[in-house]
Amino acid sequence: MGMVFKDETFRDDYSFSNSPEAIKRFPFPFDKDSYMYAVNMEPHTPVRAGSVYEKSFDVDEHYVSEMRDRALVLADDPLRCQSLPHMTLAGWDLLELIMVAKAKDYPDLFTLHQDGDRWHWINRPLGIDDTFTFGDETTLPYGPMEYITRQAQGDFCVLDQREGNLWMDAGMVTTQADWSLDFDIGMNFFEWHAPVPLAHELGIFQRALKFLTAVQIGAPARRLNWTMTVNPLLDTSPENYHKWGIQKTTLTSENIGTKQHLRVELQSFWRLPRSNALVFPIRCYLISLQDLVSQPKWGRRLHRVLRDLPVELATYKGFIDNRPAILEYLSQFDDGAETSLGTWPEDD
Amino acid sequence: MTKTHFEPSIKSRPVYGVLEARTGSEHVFVANAEGAEAILDVAKVADKDFWSAAHIIYVPGRSGETFQAALKALGAPKFYVASHISSALNRLVRSLEDCRMGTQFYLTGTEGLMGQAMRDIMAAGISHMSIQTEHRGSLARRVQCVHCKGIAEDVTTDPYQCPHCDLHLFVRDHYSRRLAAFQAVRIDAEDHGNVPPAEEVFP
Repeated sequence: MGMVFKDETFRDDYSFSNSPEAIKRFPFPFDKDSYMYAVNMEPHTPVRAGSVYEKSFDVDEHYVSEMRDRALVLADDPLRCQSLPHMTLAGWDLLELIMVAKAKDYPDLFTLHQDGDRWHWINRPLGIDDTFTFGDETTLPYGPMEYITRQAQGDFCVLDQREGNLWMDAGMVTTQADWSLDFDIGMNFFEWHAPVPLAHELGIFQRALKFLTAVQIGAPARRLNWTMTVNPLLDTSPENYHKWGIQKTTLTSENIGTKQHLRVELQSFWRLPRSNALVFPIRCYLISLQDLVSQPKWGRRLHRVLRDLPVELATYKGFIDNRPAILEYLSQFDDGAETSLGTWPEDD
Repeated sequence: MTKTHFEPSIKSRPVYGVLEARTGSEHVFVANAEGAEAILDVAKVADKDFWSAAHIIYVPGRSGETFQAALKALGAPKFYVASHISSALNRLVRSLEDCRMGTQFYLTGTEGLMGQAMRDIMAAGISHMSIQTEHRGSLARRVQCVHCKGIAEDVTTDPYQCPHCDLHLFVRDHYSRRLAAFQAVRIDAEDHGNVPPAEEVFP
């Protein structure tokens, strides 16, 4: 196998870190020096070899450790993975989508043999070698959605489409930016986004819904979202907020560069063929401020974006109290120089 | 007057209307406490024979005897006074098994009562188009602790202490129809022990 998977943790001692190669390919989300909500969709087509946008479902050095963290979350709270009864077919759709894509994109890591409905799946990084009958739940150790999303980085929301709306009717959600699948399951697009400030008034969700309900098979779309997280904690769930919330108060001028992380979600949107459901993977990438500022353009730009962000957004994203300290740290890396448009660090 | 004016809120927060007598094969009312007054308001405009196809399930709660005689006098062939919301819901769920096309549902009273009845009616596959709601009486909320998942009924203060895990919780407007509950989150998660005094904001 060409890829080396790190043995690291996203809890307790937080041994997670990015290699120099992972830093260079980090999906920095700001293409200019300011930020406001936008639908900001683009086709999910390959961009730049080696980037996180090259493959359908990016596999990186954190894969094995992220899957181990997911298993720990699920052992503690099985409600993080739920599927309403009418969503099983969409689960099979998702299993097929991910298996076919991974086997094609990473043939040294994953192999899929299909002989009619008898499928043989080999996942070498996780040591899985299973033969099962496609469409027959009794031949897998979990339901199809749970089975495959225990083997794929990022959260997965599987949305039923009816009545001109999208419904959060199934999901695997263990690396979320502070929302609860267990609470939101069964909600429509406007309901589960209800707590987001400003965006409703800007018409963001009406436009996004119109776009998403029109996504076609074979033409996925993507966008980025972001927030700030203290410590490389994947499971920033409301369920565990009473435990992790206090970590936000542990920043000091000495540790902020290594403790404070920018958290970026690569969201993609895929129409599923049998169920007509829409699957919405939310892949989380973390980078410490110290690693981020190793790319001078990113250091300058993040300083300016966070400095000028409306108070409502900094509050909603949960870092309003830490913003002064973050700005003080980042200001050391902002010499006032102009930055180029676009997110790529090397284009400056 | 027990009608309530709700300030505009987020999109997951339920909104309620005013009950009106509709055409239907049967009229199922589920009400608690001051919700009785909304039923009696319907009676002011409904035809007399409207009530011959009515089923009233009523939980008096804090209203005690106040409205029971007036409700009974409407003449519904099925009139049931329940000792608690849970027994009202049991009767409702059983009656859903026999319900026919064209049955209309009228839910009125507290949000907890309406939310749970709505949940059970929709779980039976009945369209929300057949269900009307009108809030009356207490603003008390049914709330789920996001941490321990325990439900607290009739929460009137913010913050409140979870009766199951003892955390002090902030009550959000985010509402789950599936759980028939508002969401509550630890209020002192980022500053342990700093719990503001509870205020009665849902009297």
